[in-house]
Amino acid sequence: MFEAIAFYLFAFLTISMFYITVTTSQALYALAALAAGMIFISAFFFILGADFLGAIQIVVYSGAVMALYAFGMMFFDTTRDIKEKQGNRAIVFGLSTIAATLVVVIFAAPMVSNNITALYPIIEGAGNTQQVGMVLFTKYLVPFEVAAVMLLVAMIAGIVLAGKKMDLSLTLMSDDEVMKLKNEQNKKVLL
Amino acid sequence: MMEIGLNHYLVLSTILFSIGLVGVIRRKNLLMLFFATEILLNSVNISFAAISHFYGDLTGQMFAFFVIAIAASEVAVGLGLLIVWHKRHGNIDLEQMSTMRG
Repeated sequence: MFEAIAFYLFAFLTISMFYITVTTSQALYALAALAAGMIFISAFFFILGADFLGAIQIVVYSGAVMALYAFGMMFFDTTRDIKEKQGNRAIVFGLSTIAATLVVVIFAAPMVSNNITALYPIIEGAGNTQQVGMVLFTKYLVPFEVAAVMLLVAMIAGIVLAGKKMDLSLTLMSDDEVMKLKNEQNKKVLL
Repeated sequence: MMEIGLNHYLVLSTILFSIGLVGVIRRKNLLMLFFATEILLNSVNISFAAISHFYGDLTGQMFAFFVIAIAASEVAVGLGLLIVWHKRHGNIDLEQMSTMRG
């Protein structure tokens, strides 16, 4: 009963928030609606008993990703209204048809094959976080480490791309060039 | 009606995925396109968690974790590239990025 009420409430809220994100012409409204939708999605994870996933969803999306987007939006001109693409009707229609067909296939697949068995069954008497830890650090240890390296690479890429004068290397430059660079910066500060 | 099953979650996931797909097709601004991809990734996460719950299997949750990790790194690299593009060209419209058109 309560599960049904919670499901329908959060389904309505999530769908309306994401609809606002997709249709609004103001970038700031889109950002706020997206952040709200992310938090409402974590409610589904809590309903489904995936507590750790819900906490991660809140921390990563509304903490890290939204902060990153808000930071990125300061660089861009967000006061200007966003123009919509008046694309080719045939392409839009074709892509929508393909998407609908895929959806039907995805729905039909579990009904056709009913012989799905649990690879890593949920362990009795352990909390969700404990179970996740057990599976993540035994069966999925290598993907976990690869994901960690990928996040490190993404962090360094973000710093190098967004930072100023990141194409220069102080260790490869001679002393004169370094001094010249330093003088230029001092001049800029004085100006 | 009052019993929430796997199909309810799959239908919700499909609706959210379609909303994200509409965003990807319609949007011209690249930042808005990123928002739409976030919606796509999140809708898939819901179905992963639901299948994990209803089949009593933790693999779905594991995949959802890796999807979240990929989304985070995609945002970092994508925003870095977007900032570089904005510094050079002064806009982030998708229409202007057709320099490789023959």
